[in-house]
Amino acid sequence: MFIHLKNVFYTYNLHMPFQTEALKSINIMIEKGEFIGIIGHTGCGKTTLLQLIDGLLEPTEGQILIDGIDIHKDRSKLKEVRKRIGLAFQYPENQFFEETIYKEIAFGPKNLGISDDKIKDMVKNALAMVGMDYYLYKDRSPFSLSGGEMRRVAIASILAIDPEVIILDEPTASLDAQSRDKLLALIKNLYQRYNRTIILVSHNMEIIAELTRRLIVMENGRIMMDDTPRKIFQESIEKLESIGLSLPPVTNLMYKLKKIGKPVNSGILTVEEAKEEILKMVKKK
Amino acid sequence: MGLPNPAIKKGINTLIKFSNVTHFYNDGQENKITSLSEINFEIQKGDFIAIIGANGSGKSTLAKHINGLLLPSQGDVFVENYNTKDPENIWEIRKKIGMVFQNPDNQLVATTVEDDIAFGLENIGMEEEEMKERVDWALNIVDLNELRNSEPHLLSGGQKQKVVIAGALAMHTSYLVLDEPTSMLDPKGRKEVLEITKRLNQEEKITIIYITQFMSEAAEFNKIILLDKGKIILSDYPKAIFKKVDLLIKLSLEIPQITKLARQLSENGLNIPTNILKEEEMMEYLCLYI
Amino acid sequence: MKFSRNITIGQYIYQNSLIHKLDPRVKILTTILVIISLFLIKSWFGFSIIALYLFINIFLSKVHPKFVLKGIKPLIIIIIITLIIHFFTTPGEVIYHIWILNITKEGIQRGLFIAVRLFLLIVATSWLTLTTSPIALTDGIERLLSVLKFIKVPAHEIAMMMTIALRFIPTLMEETEKIIKAQMARGADFESGNLIKRIQNFLPIIIPLFINAFHRADELAIAMEARCYRGGEGRTHYRKLMISIADQIFFITTLFVILIAYLVVL
Repeated sequence: MFIHLKNVFYTYNLHMPFQTEALKSINIMIEKGEFIGIIGHTGCGKTTLLQLIDGLLEPTEGQILIDGIDIHKDRSKLKEVRKRIGLAFQYPENQFFEETIYKEIAFGPKNLGISDDKIKDMVKNALAMVGMDYYLYKDRSPFSLSGGEMRRVAIASILAIDPEVIILDEPTASLDAQSRDKLLALIKNLYQRYNRTIILVSHNMEIIAELTRRLIVMENGRIMMDDTPRKIFQESIEKLESIGLSLPPVTNLMYKLKKIGKPVNSGILTVEEAKEEILKMVKKK
Repeated sequence: MGLPNPAIKKGINTLIKFSNVTHFYNDGQENKITSLSEINFEIQKGDFIAIIGANGSGKSTLAKHINGLLLPSQGDVFVENYNTKDPENIWEIRKKIGMVFQNPDNQLVATTVEDDIAFGLENIGMEEEEMKERVDWALNIVDLNELRNSEPHLLSGGQKQKVVIAGALAMHTSYLVLDEPTSMLDPKGRKEVLEITKRLNQEEKITIIYITQFMSEAAEFNKIILLDKGKIILSDYPKAIFKKVDLLIKLSLEIPQITKLARQLSENGLNIPTNILKEEEMMEYLCLYI
Repeated sequence: MKFSRNITIGQYIYQNSLIHKLDPRVKILTTILVIISLFLIKSWFGFSIIALYLFINIFLSKVHPKFVLKGIKPLIIIIIITLIIHFFTTPGEVIYHIWILNITKEGIQRGLFIAVRLFLLIVATSWLTLTTSPIALTDGIERLLSVLKFIKVPAHEIAMMMTIALRFIPTLMEETEKIIKAQMARGADFESGNLIKRIQNFLPIIIPLFINAFHRADELAIAMEARCYRGGEGRTHYRKLMISIADQIFFITTLFVILIAYLVVL
């Protein structure tokens, strides 16, 4: 067991007129090496959940355990938690403040009191992980980059502290297709090659279906489903539709074909899978 | 008022015309950067047009030329018979053209929904009674009557964009230019904005120019203008545009999953057109095979 | 660090009351008059008249008195400090002696008097902000200031600045919260170190906040221009302000009350 949220509740503005319950009885266990997707409508509590995992918010009720230790029992532990878990908020480039990309990425390691020559290696590594050349970029201003590059530098600034878990909140928002695909390849790489645990929040079902291995569906501050994407996209389609979440178009296509009596497998996650399935059917006929 | 331009006199229905529009700006180092080059197109009354292009293709620059927020370095933009270059015309043009920008947070000025919708009307010096009528009317069209007293920061992104749209409607705008209105919204907000845009075109006969980088959205329009590096490289019906999937991929545009699937199936010998855009259509073809 | 969500602008409480319906200009002017009178009045009798008047106003506005008290809470320390300072520093008849300090009779009287004055000042302004929406307030201020146009007071510009500030304060608060959290996620520590270190620690918050605010301002300016905004000239107002008979009665009553409170001393 690695990260364990034990019956967690979170209420904003507790005991105030605008009190709102954002999360209710959340139980999640996250193991090392998982690739988790979280979906749900805006305001369902996703972002609150991410902040709880990173120790930025303290649960109103319940516990957050990392390797069995309650992170809020001892406040000095929180820094350790944030070193092990990297969280990239939506539009992370909005937090840039340094003159050079080097300094921007070095901000995290510096806060952790790491020595300068070690920081240099960390910055180098972080840039390499997002596919950017150290010498080409280190002295440039982060504000001079294109949208896609900015996003990658922002993510590198999270990776610099070498976290075991990487949490990404809507990492592809507002990027064009090319930058998006590049970023997704990087995320895949972080998972496969660098063996990081990844938690990805996205409204984009295509991305979720293609990348994640486990899917958590949230609705009104609760966890509604927690299973593999294939199972959810196969068995719980009506449930997803009932809360107004859409399916990836190919998943939906195969589901509809099955619904009208065609002998296809539903629970298709990618274009590739859909193609294989259709070709198989055509051959059979 | 400026004199009507003889060049566009003949086409009565041509309402917006870009004629050889080139735009460049200095990037601070005296380097001229061309953001639009020799743009020519016309928009007719009632058109429902999408302009697509990747980030940096010049889409937003083009949008800002339509109502004179930017002026062409070379060439002219005409709105009805007014040239945007003539400062006398500019307010007349802006009354006719409503604009919706990308970031829903940075467009609302007033502290309640209804006051914001009235903002434009106040600016053109409208009388109070007419203003009230128009605000009520616009609120109804975008279906936000219940939120009329709400503070903007408590609304969802989609609702904020609808308030911006209502603000334009209240001006009795004939054209609505939407510059990536959905790129910062969630799927629900996206759907709402696209639906209202369609309805305004059909029911209120408002000419729509919709700028986006989502091919799936562009597919809903009657005509698509494809922009790359400041140039128009294609201008056609969606079906014709979607035939050129390779080009679209090269231009860093997102291809709908269904179109990708159609292409892969056709490469594997199935007789399926490669420009299928929607699931229903794909279903029909697949039912022929399985 | 804790932040509140869904902050409302100002402290306006909506009620359907006579007071809420008054013209904001009348309310602003009466509040100013009451404030001035509080500085001129020298008698307890005068204060009690004003207190009664304010009490009736709050009663008529149907706003629960607890909201008024809430407005006083943050200032209670200031009131207490004033009280204590006056207790000890006013010369006169000593009635109590601690260490080297003397409490005088005059000190107690003066201290209480000034504390009550402060208290009433806060009640009067709270009454205004509790019963007048921020929009009505800005509208009222704009219209009142435009009387001063001949001495070049930029009434419209001031009002527009107030409106935009009111509109963007909640947005910027949310943004600040987000930036703080994002920097904390990158290991930033805002709670330890000496003063200089702490100020430095805030740069990673202030700089992005400014950059984003300038960005917003830029976009907002473009959006406003696209909506035909070109300054105050020729502009009309969505919310028409009208001085009704009720406004006139209210204003005259207020004047009358203030005069009584002031003159009865002399």
